[in-house]
Amino acid sequence: MADENEEQQTKGLSRRQFLKNSGYVVGGAVGGGLLGGVFTQNFIGTTDAPDTATEGDTTSPEQLTHARMFFKRQEDFDVLSAAVERIFPDDETGPGAISLGVPYFIDKQLAGEYGFNSREYMQGPFFEGAPTQGPQSGMLRRGIFLGGVRTIQNIAQNEHGESYFDLEPEVQDEILEAFEDGEVDMTGVASDEFFAMLRTATIEGAYSDPVYGGNYNMDGWRQIQYPGSQMAYTDVVAEEEFVEMDPVSLHDHHE
Amino acid sequence: MATELPRKEAVVVGVGWAGGIIASELAKDGIEVMGLERGAERTIDDFIMQKDELRYAVRYDLMQDLSKETLTFRNDRDMRALPMRQLGSFLLGTDLGGAGVHWNGMCPRFLPYDFEIRSQTIDRYGEDKIPEDMPLQDWGISYEDMEEHFAHFDETIGTSGEDNEMSAPRSTEYPTPPMVETPAIRLFKEASSELGLHPYQGPSANLSEAYTNPDGQTIQQCQYCSFCERFGCDYQAKSDPIITVIPTAKETGNFELRTHANVRSISYDGERTDGVYFIDMLTGEEFFQPADIVILTSYVMNNSRLLLQSEIGTPYDPDTQTGVIGKNYCYQIQTSVQGFFDRQFNMYAGAGALVGHVDDYNGDNFDHSDLDFLHGGAIRLMQTGIRPINTNPVPPGTKQWGSEFKEANAHYLFRTLSIGAEGASMPHVNNYLDLDPTYTDSLGDPLLRMTYNFTEQDRNLAAYQTERMQEIMEEMGANDIVANPDIGDYNIRPYQSTHNTGGVIMGGDPDTSAVNNYLQMWDCENLFVVGASAFAHNSGNNPTPTVGALSYRAAEGIKQYYENPGPLA
Repeated sequence: MADENEEQQTKGLSRRQFLKNSGYVVGGAVGGGLLGGVFTQNFIGTTDAPDTATEGDTTSPEQLTHARMFFKRQEDFDVLSAAVERIFPDDETGPGAISLGVPYFIDKQLAGEYGFNSREYMQGPFFEGAPTQGPQSGMLRRGIFLGGVRTIQNIAQNEHGESYFDLEPEVQDEILEAFEDGEVDMTGVASDEFFAMLRTATIEGAYSDPVYGGNYNMDGWRQIQYPGSQMAYTDVVAEEEFVEMDPVSLHDHHE
Repeated sequence: MATELPRKEAVVVGVGWAGGIIASELAKDGIEVMGLERGAERTIDDFIMQKDELRYAVRYDLMQDLSKETLTFRNDRDMRALPMRQLGSFLLGTDLGGAGVHWNGMCPRFLPYDFEIRSQTIDRYGEDKIPEDMPLQDWGISYEDMEEHFAHFDETIGTSGEDNEMSAPRSTEYPTPPMVETPAIRLFKEASSELGLHPYQGPSANLSEAYTNPDGQTIQQCQYCSFCERFGCDYQAKSDPIITVIPTAKETGNFELRTHANVRSISYDGERTDGVYFIDMLTGEEFFQPADIVILTSYVMNNSRLLLQSEIGTPYDPDTQTGVIGKNYCYQIQTSVQGFFDRQFNMYAGAGALVGHVDDYNGDNFDHSDLDFLHGGAIRLMQTGIRPINTNPVPPGTKQWGSEFKEANAHYLFRTLSIGAEGASMPHVNNYLDLDPTYTDSLGDPLLRMTYNFTEQDRNLAAYQTERMQEIMEEMGANDIVANPDIGDYNIRPYQSTHNTGGVIMGGDPDTSAVNNYLQMWDCENLFVVGASAFAHNSGNNPTPTVGALSYRAAEGIKQYYENPGPLA
């Protein structure tokens, strides 16, 4: 029952893995256990946030950008969400990747120039290079991310019999660590390369200006005391004591 | 078939600092100049909403579009050169103002030693001190002769700074006072002084106060907003070509600018040039721009590439070590030491050139008799302003993701200070530029190929500088210190510095240099090649002021040539 995409993304896998994978894909497609979780957490994140939500208004304009532009399948997006939440978890330091909108941030990035590597040299011929020569893959980031989340899901299904997003956090971490250590076979890219991209994209989503759909309510900045894009620090730059201030965003410059 | 345009007296290829300076000086003198810029027009209005780390610092909005043109790279000649597919090690500029728009504004001059490095090394240590595989050359001019041109550049950009006994002597005062001293910089200076060094506030093109230059252009006062390098300044407080020399050139009425004009070759009959061929990148149309004098003022890479592609000058051959185009490509050796502290510093505030600077281990300011390297480098604590995507300081051994990372990053983001050394890069016979045999740009022209690796000299210098920085960091009272003295092989991926030099080097001898000390081609008297491509080696300081000074020097030469054509040296 595997469709064309499924076949493409299994090219790098052994026949045994492929057969196993084909069996679960049908079942996996109806999973999406995190769907509720995503919305719940966002909702909680918004109402708890002290500075954004206007009273009586639960749908801020920012929330209307929370829809998928790149990922077509809910399951892919749910695997991505669960993975970035492990990289940047909701904890005592502050809100995690899902509350900050990081999955939507990554989705938007993949839909645009970043996903198409549009300002990078993508002409062949392609050869594997030395580590000092930088990335040499002919694959676009959108393909690498899609292949990446599906490979994560394959491993979860094959080795643990469950969708990645239904696994215990410790098990989710173990799977990510295998990617980080370069131990997973992927098509067109080394798994540590993919993990580094996923980690970097998560940090970008947590700490970039909210205009890109992540760092929701500037809560990524608040948890590290980063003041955002203030217009001037002439009064602060020579101060001995640390000066903490409420962050400002590009939105504040735009008014 | 190229459309021939009306003849111009001079054509400038690439309009950044070098092109802007040449254009303004010639145009002020009544010479008609055409400026060809392959990128788009750019004005200060482009920078109003620029405080955006993702767009500019991470996604490189102001940088060259590599899908159209890049270079290939290999560490040595046994490796297959492969394209630099993504930006990393250095950030090539694009559009009007070039890399002069996204610079930090660090303005130290090269040292007198730099211009006569071979002679001075032999005088002090004997000829044996220079390794056989290091083609170390004097620049064919002394610092004394360059000083007035450095002063001219400082007056144009309004450099903020203070004198120091270890840096290059000056004939004039800094146009504006030094930038503010922050607690972090003060700590660095006090620790350095304790160790007997001579720290000072680094020279800066982020101005400490508003300044109007002799051309009548005003640069505003820096607000320490921390968006300098990789950004254009929304306050017009960082001197760049767009707010200084380019408007000066335009105001004369003698300067015409054509953007999206990508020069592919220089017309050359074996002795002279009579103009350049370019493609209009918007329409794809080809043009010939005839001119009496052609001045190449593009970035290091393109100056070499255009000469190689136009078959002007003899390409450097590493086997015979003859030929000059592509020779002595150099870079810099960036090392750093991180220190973790208990207290927090307001490090989110800063400016590109807000820096405590030590020159005691730069140039030949210290005795190299018992050292296994030449030159040295500036040691600095820079407060450019921390931005959170690209700066995640966590102590060694911390997991790079998950709660452990989040907590450590939140704790240490403003409790970490870093000292950096900008190590000089000496030439090596196997480090050079030529044309790639395989890969082409979007127009089908061969890419430039870079063959480069760090040398023994570089590794020894890096290890030495790291030890010195560690001493300072210990004196500063850091709890934990991270220092890595081993630089390994040159890697084109992580950002190091946009301080690429060489390829079209200056000198006193046509056999070992491509241009004379007016940057006039030995092999083509009405062609001048201006920029850091002229550096015969790279120093332990930032290159822009030296590029500026050489541009003013070249402008003098071009004006002389215009009056009285012929070889200037």
